[in-house]
Parts: sequence; C-alpha cells; structure tokens
Amino acid sequence: MIVQQIFNGLALGMSYALIAVGYSLVFGILRLINFSHGSVYAFGAHMVLMFVSMNLGLIPAIFLSILLTGLLGMLIDKTALQPLRKKKSIPIAGLITTIGISYIIQNMLMILFGSERKPFPALFDKGMINILSVQISSTQVFMMVVSILLLAIMTFVINKTKIGLAMRALSQNVKAAHLMGINVNFVVIFTFFLGGASAAIAGTLISGYYQIVYPTMGFVAGLKAFSAAVLGGIGVLHGAVIGGLIVGVSESLAAAFLGGTYRDAVSFIVLIIVLVLKPDGLFGKKGIMKV
Amino acid sequence: MLKIHNLNTHYGNIHALKGIDLAVNQGEIVSLIGSNGAGKSTTLLTIAGLLKPTAGSITFKGREISNQPPHEIVKMGISLSPEGREVFPGLSVSENLTLGAFIMKDKAKIKTAFERVYELFPRLKERRNQVAGTLSGGEQQMLAIARALMAEPQLLMLDEPSLGLAPNIVAMIFELIQSINQQGTTIMLIEQNANMAMNVSHRTYVLETGKISLQGDSKELIKNQEVKRAYLGVV
Ligand SMILES: Nc1ncnc2c1ncn2[C@@H]1O[C@H](COP(=O)(O)OP(=O)(O)O)[C@@H](O)[C@H]1O
Ligand SMILES: [Mg+2]
Repeated sequence: MIVQQIFNGLALGMSYALIAVGYSLVFGILRLINFSHGSVYAFGAHMVLMFVSMNLGLIPAIFLSILLTGLLGMLIDKTALQPLRKKKSIPIAGLITTIGISYIIQNMLMILFGSERKPFPALFDKGMINILSVQISSTQVFMMVVSILLLAIMTFVINKTKIGLAMRALSQNVKAAHLMGINVNFVVIFTFFLGGASAAIAGTLISGYYQIVYPTMGFVAGLKAFSAAVLGGIGVLHGAVIGGLIVGVSESLAAAFLGGTYRDAVSFIVLIIVLVLKPDGLFGKKGIMKV
Repeated sequence: MLKIHNLNTHYGNIHALKGIDLAVNQGEIVSLIGSNGAGKSTTLLTIAGLLKPTAGSITFKGREISNQPPHEIVKMGISLSPEGREVFPGLSVSENLTLGAFIMKDKAKIKTAFERVYELFPRLKERRNQVAGTLSGGEQQMLAIARALMAEPQLLMLDEPSLGLAPNIVAMIFELIQSINQQGTTIMLIEQNANMAMNVSHRTYVLETGKISLQGDSKELIKNQEVKRAYLGVV
C-alpha cells in the first residue's frame, strides 16, 4: 500500500517537476515569479484537446500544442514583460502583469472551450503492470519516463550548449552578459519558449493521467509546482525536480492515509516546514532573492 | 577609429555627460582621467551601448553606433572590461573566458584566443577550473581583462583595472596593458591612478563633472601644473 502510494506520488511529482522547472528557469534569469505559468500549462492541455478534436491524431496534436504553447510563452514576454524591462520598471510590476496575464489566458480558455470539465484522452494506456505486488499503471510509467527524459534534455541544454551557457551567464550578471555580446532579449524569450513548451508537456501528461481538463486547472497545479520550485530552491533546476517529487509524494500519501480532502493542504504544510528549516529551499543558493 | 561628438547622457534627471568630444586613433592607448563621479564610467558604458545617449554621436570606423544594442557593438569590435570586474561568480574561469568569445563562431579562432590569454595570464590557466567567485581580487581583474580580450576586440576599454589591487599587481596589470597594445589592440583606459595611466598612454583626456576640461599628449599633460595639482597629488 505505502509503496504503491509512493510510486503514485513519484509519477505525479515528476510532472509537477516539469511545471516547476518553468518557474525556476524564468526566475533564475529574470528574478521574476511568472504567475501566468499555471494558465500556460492549462492552455497547453486545451490545445492538445483542440487539435485532437480536429482529427489530427494524438501525437501530432501534442507536438502542435508544445509548439503553440512555447510561442505563447514568447508572446507573453515580448508583449508584456520586455516593455517593462526596457522601462526599468519596479519588479512588482512584472509580477502583477503575470497575474493579469494568467487571468486573460484563463478567460480566453473559458470563452473558447467553456468552463466545464472535459474528458481528455488517456495517454499510453496499456493497463496495469504488476511489479513485486505493486500495481503500477502504464500511464504512470509513461509519465515518469517522459518527464525524466525531458528534464535530462533540459539539463543538457542548460549545461552543455551555447544558449545554455548564455542563460547561466544571464542568471548571474545581466550587465556582463550584455558585454559578452549576448543578445539578452533573445535568451530571455528563448527561456519563455522552453517554459511554455515544458508546461504543455506537463499539461498533456497530467491531463492524460486524470483524463480531464478545464480552464482553471492551472491554478492549484501551478501553486503546487511553484511551491515545489521554492521548496527545492528556486532558480536551481535539480531543486525543482526534487521539490516536485516531495510535493507529489506527500500529496499522494496524504490522499491515501488522511483522505482526499487533505491532499492540497499537506503539500503546503511540507513547504512551510522546509522553508522554516531552510529559508532558501533545499538546494537554494544563499541570498539569491536579493539580486 | 572612434569619434565621439557632443555626447550627452542622463540618468533620469541627472545630466552625467554634458557634451563630450573625444577621439581614439588606431594603435593608441588613450587614457581618461578625472575625479570620482566625473563621468568616466558613464562615457564607457555609453560607448558600449549599455546606456543610451540623449544627444550626440559615436562613430566607430565611420559607422554610427550610438543607436546599436550592446551585443552588436561587441560584434563590431569594441569590448569593455567594466568597473568592479563583473565576472560571472558561479562559473569557472574557462566558462567566463568562453563567454568572452561568445560572438565568435570559428572553433579554431576561439582556441587561439584561449592560447593567447593563457599566455598573457598564466595564473588564469592554472586556475581555469576554479569558480570565478573564489578568485582573489587581482585574479578577478585579470579574468575581466582576459575575458574582454577573448572577443579579439579592435578597441579594448578598461574601466579602473587597478582599483583595489596591491601595488605589485598594479604594476603587472599596467605592463600587460602595454603588451596587449603592442600586439595591435587599441586601448581606452580609465584610471583613478592618473600617474600610471599617463605614463603608459599616448594621449590623455581629463574629465570634470561631465565635460572634457583638458586634453593632450600624456607626456605634455603630465607636466601641466593644473593636472599635477588636481590629479597627481603634487602641491
Ligand atoms: N546608476 C546611476 N544612477 C544615477 N546616477 C548615476 C548612476 N551612475 C552614475 N551616476 C552619476 O553620474 C555621474 C558620473 O558617474 P560615473 O560615470 O560613474 O563617474 P566616474 O566613473 O567618473 O567615477 C555621477 O554624478 C554619478 O553620481
Ligand atoms: Mg567609474
């Protein structure tokens, strides 16, 4: 039973990690909490649904959604955040802007798709797998494998490619990044693309797991992923992954042993405990918030 | 090579540069001296494109650059080693240098650039895998200069390279500045240490509250009574 629940939590946690990475990436380079990210995630799930209903087939629908959601991320930066940076506005202005964008996206989804819950196709449903008396659904295995693969690719991009080096440079010293000849706006907009694309993948995986989508689905998932990012140490990529796993596991243990009512509260209790003990998060760098 | 005419830069309401004219010729070392707050750093940041001038022109090799973003200015051949070093503290020495060569596409050229800066700064070669934030002040200054050199600039701008360093390191940095210049790089040098700056440079401009007050051959200017009194600490 407990092993079973831990596994459920790990699968869910991996996809929280995918959302959390989006918060962490943007925070890492802009010191901005992008509160529109949860809605971007919901947008990604709805795009899959839309393309599926156009009879494009599930796989092409997923790829189109990833692309379109990545473009949405770029659009958010280009139209709303870049002008604020140019004017050197106070940080809180960016934060409020992203909250506003979050509602704009949510309302747009309601207008286009209706606010009710809609069925979402199951992903890779090949029944249950029995490993040492633990029942694992093939959807969960798929969810984990895809998430791990994507997180590995993202880690590779950040640590081993030229654009990744530029992102790391930007996260440490914006002025010096300019002086290196880095096109800073391009790197930022690329980061928003990555964030949007990974949110679409997470949206697809989690919707495929619960087989349901709705416009406000990004609210709680976004908050949990955000707390996962903070828990692991915001701005630190592997922190977001570990944070996601902790939130996922505590949530599914709470649901199993305390009842479904407590599942959301427990992940935030864990967050608060971690922050009291380690204010910068598990892997956070000291003073990163001061920059 | 570089021509600046009637350059004005503001920070909000603060009028930091009030109509500066200066020129740098190919092959020269030109120093810009002046007391704290005179506008020296502002001048270099405006040339580098990090600050936008409110009036005036900056041309580099005949091309207007004052409307260009910083990354385009680097590509044209102007690099700045900023005041306070501004290294990437969490990245290794060699990653910092790789970033210096960010605009270069040719792998062979990047390799040559590495060899050149490691020859100029053997200390950096020894510490290439060390995280830059843990280097000493002098080493970080070397890294900042080396990083600016990695782009193989035609014009290298150095903002207070001797700030806060021990006298023997300062002497070494000034020797390096001369040998970089002899290898063909034009240099614009900002210094509080006016004496050293005038000794290594061909020409000097004196900046006073946002305006050029004096200019001339460094050898002449170093004998100027006013300069001696105000900047060289001679009574
Ligand atoms: N970021 C800034 N915001 C407002 N004023 C500034 C800023 N940076 C410099 N200044 C002002 O501009 C003037 C020139 O500064 P600066 O170019 O840094 O001088 P220097 O390098 O010669 O010491 C000073 O009066 C300084 O107070
Ligand atoms: Mg200065």
